[in-house]
Amino acid sequence: MQRRPATFRKLSNAIVVGLSGFSALIGLFFLGWILMVVILRGLSAISIDFFTKLPTPPGVAGGGLANALVGTLLITLMAVLLGVPLGILGGVYLSEFGERSKVAATIRFASNVLMGTPSIIIGVFVYALMVFPMGHFSGYAGAVSLAVIMLPVVVRTTEDMLRLVPNTLRESALALGAPRWKVTFQVVFRAARSGLLTGVLLAIARVSGETAPLLFTALNSPFWMKSLSGPTANLTVTIFNYAMSPYRDWQQQAWGASLLIMMGVLSATIISRLYLKEKKKG
Amino acid sequence: MSEVIKTIYYNEKKLDAQAEEKPATMDHAGALKELNNKVKAKISPGELLPIISVKDLNFYYGGFRALEDNSLEIYENRVTAIIGPSGCGKSTHIRVYNRIFDLYREQRATGKILLDGENILAPGCDLIELRRRVGMIFQKPTPFPMSVKENLAYGLKMHYKLTRSKMMERVEWALKQAALWDEVKDDLDKPATALSGGQQQRLCIARAIAVEPEILLMDEPTSAIDPIATAKIEDLIVNLKDRFTIVIVTHNMQQAARISDFTAFFYRGVIVEYGETEKIFTKPENKQTEEYITGRFG
Repeated sequence: MQRRPATFRKLSNAIVVGLSGFSALIGLFFLGWILMVVILRGLSAISIDFFTKLPTPPGVAGGGLANALVGTLLITLMAVLLGVPLGILGGVYLSEFGERSKVAATIRFASNVLMGTPSIIIGVFVYALMVFPMGHFSGYAGAVSLAVIMLPVVVRTTEDMLRLVPNTLRESALALGAPRWKVTFQVVFRAARSGLLTGVLLAIARVSGETAPLLFTALNSPFWMKSLSGPTANLTVTIFNYAMSPYRDWQQQAWGASLLIMMGVLSATIISRLYLKEKKKG
Repeated sequence: MSEVIKTIYYNEKKLDAQAEEKPATMDHAGALKELNNKVKAKISPGELLPIISVKDLNFYYGGFRALEDNSLEIYENRVTAIIGPSGCGKSTHIRVYNRIFDLYREQRATGKILLDGENILAPGCDLIELRRRVGMIFQKPTPFPMSVKENLAYGLKMHYKLTRSKMMERVEWALKQAALWDEVKDDLDKPATALSGGQQQRLCIARAIAVEPEILLMDEPTSAIDPIATAKIEDLIVNLKDRFTIVIVTHNMQQAARISDFTAFFYRGVIVEYGETEKIFTKPENKQTEEYITGRFG
């Protein structure tokens, strides 16, 4: 038999490696570019006032986004309180109890669809559900819309993480005489602990940049909030408003807010990565 | 064997006689248990008492029948080995004894398994109490992601109300029984996953015996463990049989010959031969058994 020469094989290999490496570099390049610009333009907006003062009208120098910062934190916290427990329980059902049943398959499909639903549609939905009947925008409605966006993310990551726990661990806990719910919450959860936390962090990272749903629900406000039951200032809608405005001061503030959100999302992602790494080691 | 048959015959005769005397108040299973205990007290240690009686056990994975009409008796305070080629239903068979297969909805068993006269396959069976009485050790060590101490305490807390000091006594007792105390007594608060494979397996044994089961099921407990740790676990099994009844599935025929009193040879879900280990290994009645044991197939 005649041997096939290796030159062509080696050449095609080099081309594939080169192309895929190049594509990866393009992705990295844009990330680096965005990061660089946001850091360069945003840093100059960041000062103590930025974190402590209320926004000023256009033309008046100084001022900050303290209310929007607090608003975003509170809305996100509320969303976590609503979305995470529901999402984790949903994931527990899919992985531990529903498994391959029809109900579980339907829920899985529905949560995939919900995950792919544009966030603006969720915003309009919550507008119709809460804002319209109540007659005014509110931070609560904002939190609900973010919770709806988080829900499928938490459900699916919880299911995936619980499925990684080997069945032998469940069996050995059951074999000791533990009822099913104790096996799930005391043994399986411990084994999947870091994975579950990662899911939650990723879900937070996913919603903390959302603007469209808040535009329809929490809206915005230049004042300190008295409660979450009225329009509530938040960073993303502020970025939207300020970046579209013709005023240099406001544009500058928008850069600062962008930097803040970007750093928040980046650190949430990095922390979740570190957790996963630690899990692999343990 | 004849002694056992005699004992049972004797018990049933006596029960029938009593039932005739006061038929309305007799609790058959309870009375049988009581009688058996009386018999146990009288007989010498060499005599055999069945603790589990398997009758016509069939097992299905969906539509596939994995066990066919298994019937045998497991004797108290003896080590029973289950041998046979891969996929012959050895593990499947013992996984019915604690109904751990219930975890999977497509698996089901028919027939009867009497544990002290009570059918554990009956729908009303209390699984939590069943699993306290019938402990299980798996092929791969399965320490829970907790400290050594918490691993031991997990089952204990579930079944017993204990003060902290009583709990520690039980933990120490179980670890000593599993020949692990000396190795871990200074590391009780360390994560159990940090122990070596052999130590983890002995931890699982300690965890299982801490709740004081009557029977220990072992599903190839040494197949994932090095030879030295295996020797330790084999010693342990021989020591534990004074207190517990042990059923062990093994691929290792030397192991079965070394540690067991009775051996069942399974092939394609059928019990081909069951009897005293010495007899099975020296003069088996069945040709298939002989071929498997001498390494000609399997």
